[in-house]
Amino acid sequence: MIHSLFLINHSGDIFLEKHWKSVISRSVCDYFFEAKEKAVEPENVPPVLQTPHHYLISIYRGKLFFLSVIQTEVPPLFVIEFLHRVADTIQDYFGECSEGVIKDNVVTVYELLEEMLDNGFPLATESNVLKEMIRPPTILRSVVNTLTGGSNVGDTLPTGQLSNVPWRRAGVKYTNNEAYFDVIEEIDAILDKSGTTVFAEIQGVIEACVRLTGMPDLTLSFMNPRLLDDVSFHPCVRFKRWEAERVLSFIPPDGNFTLMNYHVSSQNLVAIPVYVKQSISFFETGPCGRLDITIGPKQTMGKTVENMMVTIHMPKAVLSANLTATQGNYTYDIATKVLVWDIGKLNPQKLPNLRGSLSIQAGTPKPEENPSLNIDLKIQQVAISGLKVSRLDMYGEKYKPFKGVKYLTKAGKFQVRT
Amino acid sequence: MTTMQRLLQLPVNAVNMVKTVQSQVQGQEEDKSPVLTPDNAPQNWYSALQPDELRHLRSGGTGGGGGGSGSGGGSGGDQEERGPLEEGGGGGSFQTQPLRHDDLKEMLDSNKDSLKLEAMKRIVAMIARGKNASDLFPAVVKNVACKNIEVKKLVYVYLVRYAEEQQDLALLSISTFQRGLKDPNQLIRASALRVLSSIRVTIIVPIMMLAIKEAASDMSPYVRKTAAHAIPKLYSLDPEQKDQLIEVIEKLLADKTTLVAGSVVMAFEEVCPERIDLIHKNYRKLCNLLIDVEEWGQVVIINMLTRYARTQFLNPNINESLLEEGADKTFYGSDEDEDEDEEEKEKKAEATAMAKRKPYVMDPDHRLLLRNTKPLLQSRNAAVVMAVAQLYFHLAPKAEVGVIAKALVRLLRSHSEVQYVVLQNVATMTIKRRGMFEPYLKSFYIRSTDPTQIKVLKLEVLTNLANETNISTILREFQTYIKSMDKDFVAATIQAIGRCATNIGEVRDTCLNGLVQLLSNRDELVVAESVVVIKKLLQMQPEKHSDIIKHMAKLIDNIQVPMARASILWLIGEYCEHVPKIAPDVLRKMAKSFTNEEDIVKLQIINLAAKLYLTNSKQTKLLTQYVLNLAKYDQNYDIRDRARFIRQLIVPTEKSGALSKYAKKLFLALKPAPVLESPFKDRDHFQLGSLSHLLNAKAGGYQELPDWPEAAPDPSVRNVEVKESVEEVIDNSEGRIGLLGDWREVFTLLERVTTLTSVPEWTKCSSREKRKEKKVEKPFYSDSEGESGPTESADSESDSASRSESASPSEESRSASESEESEEGSESEEEEEEEQEKDKKKKKKELSKPVQESESEQSSEEEERKHERKSKPRVQTKSDSESESDEEEEESESESSQSESEESESETEVRKKKKAAESKPPLKPVKKENKKESKKEMSLLDLDDFNPAPSPQVTPVNTFLSNSLVTDLEGLSLSDSVLAPATIAPSSALKNYELLHRITGEGLSVEYCFSRQPFSPDANMVAVQMQFTNSATSEAKNLHMEDVKLQSGMRVKEFPEIELLPAGETATAVMGIDFCDSTQAANFQLCTHTRKFFVSIQPPVGELMRPIFLTENEFKKEQGQLMGMNEITEKLTLDVKCRNEHAIVQRVTTAANLSRVPCGSDKECRFAGRTVTSGSLVLVTVATKEEGGAQLTVNCEKMVIGTMLVKDILLALTQ
Repeated sequence: MIHSLFLINHSGDIFLEKHWKSVISRSVCDYFFEAKEKAVEPENVPPVLQTPHHYLISIYRGKLFFLSVIQTEVPPLFVIEFLHRVADTIQDYFGECSEGVIKDNVVTVYELLEEMLDNGFPLATESNVLKEMIRPPTILRSVVNTLTGGSNVGDTLPTGQLSNVPWRRAGVKYTNNEAYFDVIEEIDAILDKSGTTVFAEIQGVIEACVRLTGMPDLTLSFMNPRLLDDVSFHPCVRFKRWEAERVLSFIPPDGNFTLMNYHVSSQNLVAIPVYVKQSISFFETGPCGRLDITIGPKQTMGKTVENMMVTIHMPKAVLSANLTATQGNYTYDIATKVLVWDIGKLNPQKLPNLRGSLSIQAGTPKPEENPSLNIDLKIQQVAISGLKVSRLDMYGEKYKPFKGVKYLTKAGKFQVRT
Repeated sequence: MTTMQRLLQLPVNAVNMVKTVQSQVQGQEEDKSPVLTPDNAPQNWYSALQPDELRHLRSGGTGGGGGGSGSGGGSGGDQEERGPLEEGGGGGSFQTQPLRHDDLKEMLDSNKDSLKLEAMKRIVAMIARGKNASDLFPAVVKNVACKNIEVKKLVYVYLVRYAEEQQDLALLSISTFQRGLKDPNQLIRASALRVLSSIRVTIIVPIMMLAIKEAASDMSPYVRKTAAHAIPKLYSLDPEQKDQLIEVIEKLLADKTTLVAGSVVMAFEEVCPERIDLIHKNYRKLCNLLIDVEEWGQVVIINMLTRYARTQFLNPNINESLLEEGADKTFYGSDEDEDEDEEEKEKKAEATAMAKRKPYVMDPDHRLLLRNTKPLLQSRNAAVVMAVAQLYFHLAPKAEVGVIAKALVRLLRSHSEVQYVVLQNVATMTIKRRGMFEPYLKSFYIRSTDPTQIKVLKLEVLTNLANETNISTILREFQTYIKSMDKDFVAATIQAIGRCATNIGEVRDTCLNGLVQLLSNRDELVVAESVVVIKKLLQMQPEKHSDIIKHMAKLIDNIQVPMARASILWLIGEYCEHVPKIAPDVLRKMAKSFTNEEDIVKLQIINLAAKLYLTNSKQTKLLTQYVLNLAKYDQNYDIRDRARFIRQLIVPTEKSGALSKYAKKLFLALKPAPVLESPFKDRDHFQLGSLSHLLNAKAGGYQELPDWPEAAPDPSVRNVEVKESVEEVIDNSEGRIGLLGDWREVFTLLERVTTLTSVPEWTKCSSREKRKEKKVEKPFYSDSEGESGPTESADSESDSASRSESASPSEESRSASESEESEEGSESEEEEEEEQEKDKKKKKKELSKPVQESESEQSSEEEERKHERKSKPRVQTKSDSESESDEEEEESESESSQSESEESESETEVRKKKKAAESKPPLKPVKKENKKESKKEMSLLDLDDFNPAPSPQVTPVNTFLSNSLVTDLEGLSLSDSVLAPATIAPSSALKNYELLHRITGEGLSVEYCFSRQPFSPDANMVAVQMQFTNSATSEAKNLHMEDVKLQSGMRVKEFPEIELLPAGETATAVMGIDFCDSTQAANFQLCTHTRKFFVSIQPPVGELMRPIFLTENEFKKEQGQLMGMNEITEKLTLDVKCRNEHAIVQRVTTAANLSRVPCGSDKECRFAGRTVTSGSLVLVTVATKEEGGAQLTVNCEKMVIGTMLVKDILLALTQ
């Protein structure tokens, strides 16, 4: 399936290559570089490319390209999903997935890749199985290893490989037993000029951090599970129980993981937490334009809106911006033409406003389209859909764990058209 | 490693096989040894560390600061680049590239593991960066036997990378791997096989083959998985081995562990995808295991099964495909009509299909696949979701495909690469099944921040989804897009508008006007694109739009984009009669600028000239000649050719042939309007989700998705012969177990037990089928009654008798009487007489349809009846049952019938008859009892036959017997009609469920079944009979349960502790669970003296009830009270094998613990029961109709139970 993998950095250097079958010359990447040139933006590089003898499937993550070489028919999503899994694993091991980190740990990364694929077919992709085979580096362990000659490589088959709960290893021990769940919801919305909602939906995710001893069996139930329309689960969740009782029953993996993703059914009207009054106009006469944005709270469920931020991709013709913000500060990047207004907390008494003039390159016609506003915000301690966790029960172990649930609402792809 | 695994691995060490215990200990030691050595070794080297060696160590960690060389070869590798510089500054100033390699060699040759490790890390870092390290091969390969596991692994990495280049040297390492293949540690065995098979050295092919064969029968599933991985490797190295490899694949396909399934199917796909016959026997197993296979395996299996299903099952949309062409035509037709159309079409199609062939019934295996893949739509892995989606798209009936839309839309939140692939597939799907995605229209709205390729794909989907109802929203949305800064995207939007306009007639004018407005756009690209699209639209109805053409003619001065100019010129030429004044002027202008135009424009100028010459030669003759002369000397040969050709054609000369006469026809022929098609049209002949589909070109190794077969191939090929599989297993293990002698017997026995008892549904049902086949269509009751041949006929006789006796006529008589009664009620008394006369005649004709009002009739009737009774004894019994029913419902029903006097008369009549009838019964209970007893015995025997375990049912049987006797007697005393022989659920049909698998249970396997017998300690509990099998070598002690987790209200009566279960033995216990009439699982821990296992028992809804006896009238009465919300009715088509009464009764009673209620009609089967906990009534009616149609009615106070029961019974009857 996957023949080879090349890691390519932003500037087009191949800094790691791994072959699972016979070696393929790195010149195959030239086709990719060609496409990359053409695409201008790295996001626009087609994920699947056809070359005379190979197929190239790539992902772009953390300013890196993961480029895999394929020779025969394979579901493209299979490869894409796997490449993302590789990136996830690297992130999990070293805290981030960047060129520097990979270069610093090149041998570990190489060993990981060796374990993850066999002859191009995924062998072990569960992070806890991998961690038993190749232990993540810590400072302490590396010191100990240099002194004792010990190794970072496990010598027995990870228990997870054989058990029917491959995501959890046996014999986990903690002194403080804790289970935390973050219910994070993102509002995806498109508002039109007048502020009416063209499209809005809520996507949620439950991130868990579980540090529990032994083999706990957890059951998480909701006050209002009917809100959830479409769900996808970590493999640990028992689907049958969800179908029958609408509770999440699972033996959790150790550490951090995404328990479920959900979509709130579209019948429920989405509460848009803020409103935006904006006017952006460019004048035919004289090289200038005007911008005036005010933001106010709308339906915030009594909580304060934090981390407000407005990002505007200005038309290419806009040279500079001369604005005044009543709250927060703004920056305009001339190279990328991105205007960022960082507001911070939203004060309902004194609405933040940004106004001023934009100067346009002389001689160019006025831009036809007004740029749309991308809005970022956070509301702590509330899930905008109203989803509530009612209880978490633990079976199978004797101790009393510490349990915690946190709610957070964020703006996802929140766009205001102007 | 657990004891169990160790034990299981023993046979691999073929030499040690006899001395089991010893080698166990040995195995343990060997197992530990690699761990021990590194622990011990360091102390040696640390104390004896030479300054010389320290230098190496240091050089590894120089610039790194603090000598943290262990922080990963990365730092080592990093330094390497800078190496020469720094080292130059340090001690060894002369070190260059080859010398550094020497350095590494020296480190590898040292006897210190840490030095070796350091060296290997650096080498691997070199490989990772694509540097050549091949000249280190001899030094590295020596370390292949190194004790340090990390060094070993890195050496493996090196070997796999360079062995191909240095084949001879690589052979040095082979013996190490061969030794590794016999290691007691499964990880070492597996990795030895992995490396051995990854070394691409042709000379070792035979060794690899041997190793794979051996590993394929390894005790550790992990090693078997590795063997499956090795198969394609060997195949790519030497395709000649194919036949032998197929054998291995066949063996591994039969493997029952989820770990192996994905890998072996992958091997199958790479080596022999055409050998679809290998899948037959494993099909059901694969379907059932699927949910537990790891994600990547799921994708491969689902894709393979899609192909398999296409070859084995019939097209579920057969009706649709019959009229596909018709469907295509109305595809974009008005939508409201469409729905009706479709219905009509379907009816028509159905009619034709009916005429042509028998109605479509989905193969149960087809259904199994659809059912088992559906939950995977909830997977977090996008590839799995896509795989299921394509499976549904290609295999599911039209009505069921919709479920995938939601999941696919969910994937649109994922990474942009995932979006890209998903949108491509959605685009293809929307063409075939637009309705599926219509509710999610807004999810495809475009954001300005989307990458262009995503935008274009979303646009494609939006266009495909457009219809009359949503077109206005879509067009409004498009208007926003047209203002975008991304010009490629704007161009795509304009094309999309064009397509909407062609597809939906009503908005064509609006779109056209919008596009015309765009012509004044400042961006030339936008204008050009609009022109092209307008041209295509105008071609559809040119006569209406001459002003637009005029407007465009004016534009030609400003537009510079060649394609647009060419389009305008073509339009003017084509419709020159609409713009007779402007056209020559345009030609004049063009003639002026001819030499400066692009080729494509020049060609159109020539065309325009030719067309004008033909229509308006007076004005344009000279111009045309001028243009043609210019073209004659053009640089482009196409243009020269065209000019020459046209000149010959249009300018009449002496030489010009017959063609010039037809010039006008040639040029001014009516041209069909272009069809604006989606680029995704017809892409679905590629399997969706595949690379080939994405590229719209066949990729190497792509397996075509076959067309549906005309007639279904024999479905019985998928039946798994239980015995055969046992033999197979034994065969597999023979090689290794052969030496063990008696060990083998134990093993065989265990295997048999597990295969026979444990295997889930798939073997179960097939075994049932098989048995049926053997017994030559023996009806069900004979089975449970345990009487052969003769009774069979007697049975059927009694059955038919009972039918006629007890119930059959009454059902219809009831309905008849009811309707007629109401009729009569409205009619006058005189008419009544006539009516009755008529009725009598009717009755004579149709004996099976007697009418109830007969009871209340005059003597003439009575006489007739007597007559009838003489001739046909059936009628007498019929009247008996009638009388009985009448008595019971006297109060409720009698008033409604006739005048009171008549009624009383008739009643006395009836009572007399009844007494006569009552004198008979006393005989019957005895017979009944006998029957019961024999039945019980036989069923025991049956079970015995089926299950070699000692029969455990003895105790419960007694309670059962007495209990059922009571109910029987109750029933008898209540009524004088003969009981239907099916009141008791057949016990041989009990289904076994697995509670604990042999592997997870470390040798202990537990199964349970719902014995359907009252649980004596507590009547509100469901009896669960558990069977423990100890297939481990050590005995299990103190089997008991602990830590029961239940939903509120549920209770459990634990089974008595089993103190000792010797190896190889089986024991049985019965426990009771009060499920509170819910299907929630009871979770508890099953404990042995050493381990605890989490297990759970979940009852099918059918087991939550116990049979009760009801008479037909009671049934009616109760049913009458359970109407409305409490009644659920479903229409269904019966399975082909399930069209007779026996089969229906059998399937229903297997699905639910109900007893049959006597019923007068052979078109209806009725069943009754009460839920165990609350005692709510459960009434089930199956009314059959012609052609296998049937109606299922369930009346139950508990609606949830009712709904679930309907589902279960539906399933049981349709599959």
